[in-house]
Amino acid sequence: MTDFVATIRVRPKAEVRDPQGEAVAGALRSLGMDVADVRTGKEIVVRFVAPDASAARTVAEKMGDELLANPVIEEFAVEVAAE
Amino acid sequence: MRIAVLRFPGTWSEVDFAHALSLVGAEADILWHADADLRGYDAAIVPGGFTYGDYLRAGAIAAISPAAAELRRADREGMPILGSCNGFQILCEIGLLPGALVRNRHLEFRCDWVHMRIENDHTPFTAGLRGEIVRMPIAHGEGCWVADDLTLARIEANGQVVFRYTDERGAATVESNPNGSTANIAGLANTVGNVVGLMPHPERCSEEMLGGTDGRKVLEALTASRHNAQAPVPVQ
Repeated sequence: MTDFVATIRVRPKAEVRDPQGEAVAGALRSLGMDVADVRTGKEIVVRFVAPDASAARTVAEKMGDELLANPVIEEFAVEVAAE
Repeated sequence: MRIAVLRFPGTWSEVDFAHALSLVGAEADILWHADADLRGYDAAIVPGGFTYGDYLRAGAIAAISPAAAELRRADREGMPILGSCNGFQILCEIGLLPGALVRNRHLEFRCDWVHMRIENDHTPFTAGLRGEIVRMPIAHGEGCWVADDLTLARIEANGQVVFRYTDERGAATVESNPNGSTANIAGLANTVGNVVGLMPHPERCSEEMLGGTDGRKVLEALTASRHNAQAPVPVQ
């Protein structure tokens, strides 16, 4: 068994409005920065053990599917690295 | 009539609901989510609050509680289930209601009174109330209901919108929408009509001293529904 770190990045789907991103865009513009668009999301880092990288990815995808992202409004991407 | 009121870590409206239900002659038991058994109850209520601190997403962690499986089982048997505020968010996260509730468009937490039009009376919570304009309090930061266009069209076509934010005359205006919710949707039902969720708090407007009594109509509709207890009527 190997120690893995999975990084799951969750963000609102493209068609879902992101009012936090809009507020951040407005704030950046108020600092004089020429911002076209901002999208916000969250990053969730999980440590666990798995037999290999493929199994670790499967587990991390399951975490995203079953809890970390709501498929109605969000999408997620997974990165897995051995420690 | 015996009604189960669920309590999760961070639920805050369960005692108010039990009190409001006592005002309409119902017997309410507050059940802890981890071992809630809904068998023997006539209805279940998922009250408002900030379950699990709203961490991850509002209602997301409550939605994997043992109570979620119990609510799914009760739904299959047609039990009337009402979710208010965080309870509405939980029912959407569980998948008992369509769509999702996200951050208010203006990013502000809103604690206010709103008006709504009741558009569907084929639910145990709104029987006989179609067309009524009701006034109830809200207190939420994530009450903006969203869904993809297809889901929205299906919900409107099925008449699943139960409560729509309006002005006091019943017009669904931009100004009367407190959170930017799609199509001014304040509350909706599943296709059968036994499960209803809404962002406002009926339990907080069930007696005069609280500034309004329209919430009592919803609870009275539920207690009256037992007199003609039957399988839920599909929405039109």
